[in-house]
Formats: sequence, structure tokens, C-alpha cells
Amino acid sequence: MLAELIIAAEEAPNPLLPAWYDIVYSLVPFILILLLFWRVVLPRMRTMLDERAALIEGGIAKAESAQAEAQAALEEYNKLLAEGRAEAAKIREQARAEGTAIIAELKEQAAAEAARVTATAQQQIEAERQAALVSLRAEVGSLALDLASGVIGESLADDKKATALVDRFLADLATDSKAKQ
Amino acid sequence: MPFASVPAPDAPEFSGPSILDFFPPAILFEGTPFELNRIMLLRLVIVAILILLFWLGTRRMRLVPGRFQGTIEMGLDFVRVNIAEDLLGKKDGQRFLPLITTIFFLVLFMNLTGIVPGINIAGTSVIGLPLVLAVAAYIAFIYAGLRKHPWTFLRNALFPPGVPWFLYIIVTPIEFISMFVLRPVTLTLRLLMNMIVGHLLLVLFFSATAFFMVDLGGWWIAASAVTLAFGTAFTFFEILVAVLQAYVFALLTAVYIQLALADEH
Repeated sequence: MLAELIIAAEEAPNPLLPAWYDIVYSLVPFILILLLFWRVVLPRMRTMLDERAALIEGGIAKAESAQAEAQAALEEYNKLLAEGRAEAAKIREQARAEGTAIIAELKEQAAAEAARVTATAQQQIEAERQAALVSLRAEVGSLALDLASGVIGESLADDKKATALVDRFLADLATDSKAKQ
Repeated sequence: MPFASVPAPDAPEFSGPSILDFFPPAILFEGTPFELNRIMLLRLVIVAILILLFWLGTRRMRLVPGRFQGTIEMGLDFVRVNIAEDLLGKKDGQRFLPLITTIFFLVLFMNLTGIVPGINIAGTSVIGLPLVLAVAAYIAFIYAGLRKHPWTFLRNALFPPGVPWFLYIIVTPIEFISMFVLRPVTLTLRLLMNMIVGHLLLVLFFSATAFFMVDLGGWWIAASAVTLAFGTAFTFFEILVAVLQAYVFALLTAVYIQLALADEH
């Protein structure tokens, strides 16, 4: 078997010596594939990668600007909110002050009214008292004369002396009651 | 076939893999520099597949990739980011990216035919293609060095600065052989031998399986199960080797270019 192998090796070409056709069919594939990658595939790939990088960078820039805008909007909103709050507080304060003023005014009015009502009532009472006093004086005078006439058995009505007496008595009574008051 | 010349009348003969697998009979143009056999034909088919795949994959590139475009991009980005830009930086990586990408995908696809059923031989298992790619890498790194350091590249490569002058007697031949002889030779042979041996191993396992099962039969079928299992395992291993060799070839090309561009040269 060894001898056969040796015979075979002698007949077989040396695998380390390239045949011409081998070189041809190695060089042609190499050149074709080199041209394919060099002229077609890699430029296409590079263009695409550049576009992709640009897209990603553009996307990042867009996102950054959007974030800045959102930040600005937030600040604006916060400012408006603070202003709104301050204004509301101011209005509330003002309303409270106005309320207090209104209440005070109303109280004052009520007090004035009450005073006026009281005064009116007092005047009325005084007038009625005077009226009662006057009518009472006339009544009491005639009653007393009637009583005295009855007691002494004659009329004193036309007696000027008697009338004077009664008047003096009543005046004393009035001063007495006034002093008592 | 090696065993056809000595026919054995009684015992069944085992027909193993042969170096002739890599030199199949011509299909067209026999005897000319354009002689076409099945390995050369499969190289042309692979070229067509690569052109179709990458042409269609990058024809209408969307900024948001679909599944197919995403896969193509992943492959191209692997070479660009992990090999070219990682070793050479953005600017020089861009310059040498076409060469490195070509080497990676050409070697990868040509290697993978070694495990495609019905083809079963790698496009890189005949010396021409590894040699052409190694020469391309060789020209690329010498060009890179001469372009960057027109006056000092060769001098610094052969007479490294900072070495005492009498050591140049030893250092200069070593540097010359390692840089201008060993680099292209190892690039070529590493790939070629990996693919040749991978093919021979797979053929050995599967033809042994057929021999045990069909020609011997009986209890030998048990042995065929073992060889079949090994053959299957090595098929998966060959996928790994195919990817790894493509990566190594592209990576070493980038490393050699990087060394040529380095500032101490």
C-alpha cells in the first residue's frame, strides 16, 4: 500500500506548484471581488453610515432643542403661576379689608339707627307724660273741688279764692314730684 | 485513482483520499491557461454568489436596516471595526478596508465550500488562491511602508534602530527572511494546508464509513458508526476552521500593514 501511495505521489502534481490556470482562476476572482468591495459595496456602506450618523446626531439635536423649549415653557408656567398666586392673595387681602370696612359701616349705621329710635321713643314718652300731666292737673283740680264742695256743703266753683288755693296746691305737688325725680 | 492500477481480486480494497482530489480532470479548455476543472468552476460560482449577495445587500440601503441588510452590515462591520479600524485606526483602516474585506470574504466563502455537500472541496485548497491573496497582502504592506516612510522604510526594516552595529550581521538576514520571505509563505501555506488537511480528513472518515458499512459489512458496521461520528464532528470543526482561517488571513494582513505604518519605521 505504501508503494502504491508513492507511485500515486509521483504521478500526482506537486500541490505547492501552482498551475497557470490556477493562477488565472485565482487572480480573476480576487480582482472581481476587490472591485466589488472597493468600488460598490464599501462606498454604499459608507454613505449609509454617514447618513445614519447624521440622522442620529440630528435626532439628538432635535431632542435637545425640544427639551430646552419644554424647560422654557415650564419656567414660563411657573412664573405665571407665581404671579397668579400673588394676585389672588392680593385680591383676597383687599376683599377682606373691604369686608371689614363694610361691617364697620353697617355697625355704625345700626348704632345710629338704634340711637335715633331710642331718642324718638324718649321724646314720645316725654310728650305723653306732659299730656297726661296737663290733663291730670285739670281733672285732679275739678275732682278735688268737687270733693271739697261735697265736704263743706257748698260750691266753691266760682270762688276765686278756692281756685287759687287749688292751683297753689297743684303747683306744690308738681314741684314735689319734680324734686322726688 | 491510486488503487485502480493494482486490482485486488479477493479482499475489498480501501480507497482513501488522494492528492489527485485537488487536480480533477479538466472540463473545458484543457491544456490552456484557462483550463477549467470543477474547483476552478466552483471559484467562479462563489464569485458570482458574492457579487449577487453584496450587490443586492447594499443596493437600497435603509437607515433602519431590515433583516437581510442587517446581516450584510454585520459582516462588513465585523471586518471594518474588529480588524481594520481596531489595528490601523480610522484613517488607515479606511484606506486598506477594501483589500482586507476582500481577503476576509473571499477566503471565508472559498473555505466554506469544503463542507458543502456535493462540492466537498474548498476553493482555497489549491495553491493559486492563497498565493494570490498572500502576494496581494505582501504588495499592500510594502506599499504602505514605502508610501508612509519613503526613505527610511527599507533601512529601518532591515537595520532596526537601537541595535548595536555588529549585531546587524545576525539581525539583518533574520529580518529580511522573516519580513520578505516568511510572511507571504506562511500566509499561503497556513491557509492551503488547513484546507488540504481538512478535506483529506473528511474524505478519510467518510470513505472509511462507506468501506466498513458496504464493502466489509457484518460487525464492521459498528466501526462505521465511529468513523461516521468523527466525520460529522470534523465537519463542524471545518466550519470553525473556515471562519478562523479567513479571520487569521485578514487579521495578519492588517497586522503587517500596521507594522509597516508604525512610526519607528
